[in-house]
Order: sequence, then C-alpha cells, then structure tokens
Amino acid sequence: MNIHEYQAKEIFRDAGIPIPPGEVASTPAEVEAIARKLGGTVVVKAQVHAGGRGKAGGVKLAKTPEEARQVAEKILKLTIKDLPVLKVLVTPAAEIASEAYVGIIVDRTRKKAVFMVSAAGGIDIEEVAAKTPEKIMYHPVDARYGLLDFEAQRMGFFLYKDAKQARAAAKIMKALYQAFIKSGASLAEINPLVVTPKGEVLALDAKMVVDDNELDRHPEIAALRDESAEAPSEVMARNANLTFIKLDGNVGCVVNGAGLAMATMDLVKFYGGEPANFLDIGGSSNPEKVVNALRIITSDPNVKAILFNIFGGITRTDDVANGIVQATKLNPLKVPIVIRLTGTNEEIAMKILTENGFTASSDMDEAVKKAVKLATGGKAA
Amino acid sequence: MSIFIDDKTTVIVQGITGRDGSFHTKQMIEYGTKIVAGVTPGKGGQKFEDKVPIFNTVADAMATTKANTSVIYVPPMFAADAIMEAADAGVRFIVAITEGVPVLDMMRVYPYVKEKGARLLGPNCPGLISPGKSKVGIIPGNICTPGPIGVVSRSGTLTYEIVYQLTRAGLGQTTCVGIGGDPINGTNFIDCLEAFEKDKATKVICMMGEIGGTDEQEAAAYVKKTMKKPVVGFIAGQTAPPGRRMGHAGAIISGSSGTAAEKIDAFKDAGMGVAQRPVDFVKLVKARMK
Repeated sequence: MNIHEYQAKEIFRDAGIPIPPGEVASTPAEVEAIARKLGGTVVVKAQVHAGGRGKAGGVKLAKTPEEARQVAEKILKLTIKDLPVLKVLVTPAAEIASEAYVGIIVDRTRKKAVFMVSAAGGIDIEEVAAKTPEKIMYHPVDARYGLLDFEAQRMGFFLYKDAKQARAAAKIMKALYQAFIKSGASLAEINPLVVTPKGEVLALDAKMVVDDNELDRHPEIAALRDESAEAPSEVMARNANLTFIKLDGNVGCVVNGAGLAMATMDLVKFYGGEPANFLDIGGSSNPEKVVNALRIITSDPNVKAILFNIFGGITRTDDVANGIVQATKLNPLKVPIVIRLTGTNEEIAMKILTENGFTASSDMDEAVKKAVKLATGGKAA
Repeated sequence: MSIFIDDKTTVIVQGITGRDGSFHTKQMIEYGTKIVAGVTPGKGGQKFEDKVPIFNTVADAMATTKANTSVIYVPPMFAADAIMEAADAGVRFIVAITEGVPVLDMMRVYPYVKEKGARLLGPNCPGLISPGKSKVGIIPGNICTPGPIGVVSRSGTLTYEIVYQLTRAGLGQTTCVGIGGDPINGTNFIDCLEAFEKDKATKVICMMGEIGGTDEQEAAAYVKKTMKKPVVGFIAGQTAPPGRRMGHAGAIISGSSGTAAEKIDAFKDAGMGVAQRPVDFVKLVKARMK
C-alpha cells in the first residue's frame, strides 16, 4: 500500500527524524492561508501515488501566499500517470547546501532490508546508480540485530565529512530503520536529505510503501489508505478481494492466478488483440467474486468481448460457472463472452454452463483466439 | 528419480485441522503421499480422519514419527513461527503454502532456517509433486504424469497450465516445483536447476518466470555457466504496462527494470529455448529430447 508524503513525514517525525513543518490542503484558498501562516517562500507539492511527480510539474516554489494560490490552482488540476492530484502539501522552502539520498528496501537477492545511501541525492539518483555505482553505499541489515550504531555511523561518514553532520545522519538512519520496521514497510526513502547553510541535516521528502500483508497487524497504518487517490475501478476490485489493473484494450479478462492472468494477456496480444485489464480472482473462489469481477469489467465501455480463463486447482470451476450464471441473470451481458475452464469439478461446471445456454472450451489458445476475433469484429486471426 | 520428494518422503502437516489443511491433506493421502502426522496446538492425541495422529508441537510429532518433510497451511500471521518450529524440530524440508506472510517476518525466518540446515520451499507457493510418487502442497495430481521433464515456476495456475499441456502431449515430469512469487522465499530457481541437473531421470527442464526482480536473469546466468541439460523458459507479463512505481530504491537495488524483454534476452543469451506461448513448450521440449 502506498501512503502520501505528508503521512510518511508524520511517521518519520514521530520516529525522531528532523523534518520542516507542513500542512496538507485540497483547495487553492487553503494553500494561500497555510503559506501566509508559514511566511516566506513555500513549496507546494502534489500528493499523489505516482513517481516522477517533480518532473510532471507537481512540485513548485512560491514566494508569496498569492503565488502559492496560483501554483496550487495549476497543480490541483494535474493528472500524474492517470491519477488526479486532489491534495497538496505546503511546506517552507529550505535553503539547501547539499542533497543526499537515503533509502531502505527489501532486497530479494540478499533476502534482507538493504540501506542505500549516496551523497549525490536528488531526482537523478537512478542515473547516479546506473552510471556511477561507486557513489552509492549498500548496507544489508541483519533483521535479528537491527541497524547497529557503528553501521549507521559508517553510512553517516560516507555521506558527510563533517563529524556533526555524519552523526546527525546516523541518528536519522537509525530512526528511519525503526519507522520501517514498526510500520511493516517494504520501502522507506528520504530524497533529498539536505544540509542547510547552517549545517542542519533535514529530511525534505518522505516516501513509504507498506507491505499489504502487514495491514492486519497495523490498523493505524491501514487507516492511512486514501481511496480518493487510487483509480476507482482498482478500489472497487480490492474491496471485492480481486486484483485489478485497468488497461486500454477491448478484451476484458477474468483469470485465476497472477501468472496465468499475465500469460493470458500476453496471448491476447499474440493473437492480435489488446487486453482491457489485468484481473486475478485469486485462489479460493466463490460465485460472488465472479459476479463482482463481471460488474467491474462491464463498467468499462471499451470492453467488446469478455474472456474467462480458469484453471481450477483450489479454485473450483463450478463456483466460477455459478458466478457467471448469477451475474448474467442480474445484468444481462451486452458483449459476447468466451469461457475457457478446466481443472477441479470441470464436468459439473460444463453442465451448469450448457444448461444455461453458455458454451465453454478447455483449450486456452482456442478461447483467446475466439475472444480476440469477437472483440475486433472478426478482423483478427 | 525426482528432486526434493519421492516415495520415501514422510510428511507432517502443520495446520492439519484447518479448512485448507484438512482439504489438501485428504488430497495428498489420496495421491499416495505418506502423511505420518499432523500438528494443531491443543488437539494433540486426536486423529485426523481416524488415521493420522495429531500432536501439539512439531517436536512431539518428530519424536514419534521421524518425518523428513513438513507442509504448512497455518494462517499468515502464524506462518513464520510455524516454519521456525519445524526447522528447530529437525525437519529437513519445509514447504510453506500459506499466502500473505509479511516480508519482514521472512527476513528473520530465512537465516534461522539456513542455520538449522533445513530447506524451505515457499511461502506463498503451490508446493511440489513428483508424479506417481508423492505430492506435498496443492498442485492437482491429475494433470501430472511421470516422465523425464523437470518443471520449476514462480506462479501457481500458470504452472498447472503448462504441466497440463506437457501431459496432454505425452511429456511426463520428474518433479514440478512451484517456488512462489514472494520477495523472500526459501528455494529459488537456481536451487531447483541445480537439483534437476543432478537428477539422472530429468532430461529437459521447463522454467516459468514473471516480470519483476532479477531472479530469472540470475537463473539464466547459472544455466549459461553450469548447466549441461537443456532448459526452456517462459516469461509471463510480456504485455504488462509499466507501473506507477513509488520511490527510486527499487531501480537502484536491482540495476534493472525487471521487464519481460530483459529476461527473455537473458534466456536467449544463455542458449535457452524461449516459449512465446505456454503451448510452445511442447515443441521446444520435444526438439530437445534425445
């Protein structure tokens, strides 16, 4: 789960990381009032669950409260990677002498949380990593001991020659690790970590991604979810326990299992079609999940044909068949449907479908070809 | 021959009385797997289906049965502890089916299991099956048949799809292993490739990967450097759109974008066959059989 910068900053602040004050707003008038209260130059920052915010024009400086209002008007009209900007964070502009990068992520290869720190921070850090990897220090943390003092100090001195600044950075890294563990995060990032002309070390940005599997034991973090910042179809799907990602094509796909769902989309493309979505109904299915899946898919006006691809393991194909029958009784389909199912209780499923006027096949390639043909009005192979 | 499990494998089921645990224990027994004990704290002394003795702890189960394998169906918040309990009790091979285990838990579990000298498969995996001998986990037995193909995959139902197509074409399997797609898992592609390379009965290996991470690239490098047996690969997600990735850390750590194209290039570079569609495995495998 993604959380906003202002939410991550609150978590980091609670852990003891020095962060300039700031307030969140959703209208230009509020932004002007906050800027007036803070005084001086402010930064207005889009709060949106997408990377590349700055490059998309979602972060702007404003010298006066009036200017803050004007930039907020523009930012609040932006859409960044298909997500509308509904909130902005207003924070005083800090004077910056240097920008560093500090991040922690779970690394699949090392099977540990790994710190990455670099004195060459800022928005081009990925380029720094690709072209000058020696400018980045990697430090894997043994989860059983946590981040030890000397390890934090070593990273601090990698960033700063000045002992006071190095110690301040070490303290920030200890706090960041605490916040990472305590929140059940899979990523925590400060970019940039700045040194001001007075020599203070401050975090000017904060990012955190929380492991969805941790939300049950962190209700306070789960409560930070901002559904207005997510695509509506994705919210609907998650609330129905489905995994859904909207795409631009016209073949609506309903599949069980993420790997098979991706392979099905690939096959749609292989036969000349375009998938309208990724949708995984998951393992143990029940008819209701299928009803919800069909509701989400048919709400997309681009969908010209629906393709079911179900390989029953834990998923019982008769549950899926019952779901298709129920859903289409409630809301008769306006587009053709192609059903492929095989595996657990296949005979029962086929019987249910046939009795209700559907046809189904057990061959994946045949089904995909047929769905593509129907979606494209018979043009493709 | 087969890898990791065979007809001598004896299995303890952790979470045997739960909904998933009991359903799949019945399926495993039906398939012929030697289920020697179950563990559910508080139900020690009872029997599952009047046959399988239930113990309160894995240590008790091990003292009586000396099993070499355990399979875990406990809920996600208890899975890490269940894995460590099995490793501590001396189980050599631990298969964790449970989906939704927090990754921070796995960061503690992985070194623990390693120190105890056990092998972990999963979590969030379908387990494995050596057709005709034993199955541990949830892979449907009826889609598999014995033969000379080794199968290793990151996904569940996609594995079933490909195994089903192989079986229909008369290409049986030594062992089919689902390693799971979680960020931290016990057994990876390379572990399985190494085991298949050593297994005399395995002639050709099928490997199914997905977009994201660099596991497939590392496996391809291993194939290129070490393997003599032919490997055929597939990557799911060739048409997946780029995500709205948050933060820079993901790109920095892997030095890669984890795209399908990158992984397919790595397969080709390693001299592997590359299946564009699941059905392509059949002809690619047949061409590599001697």
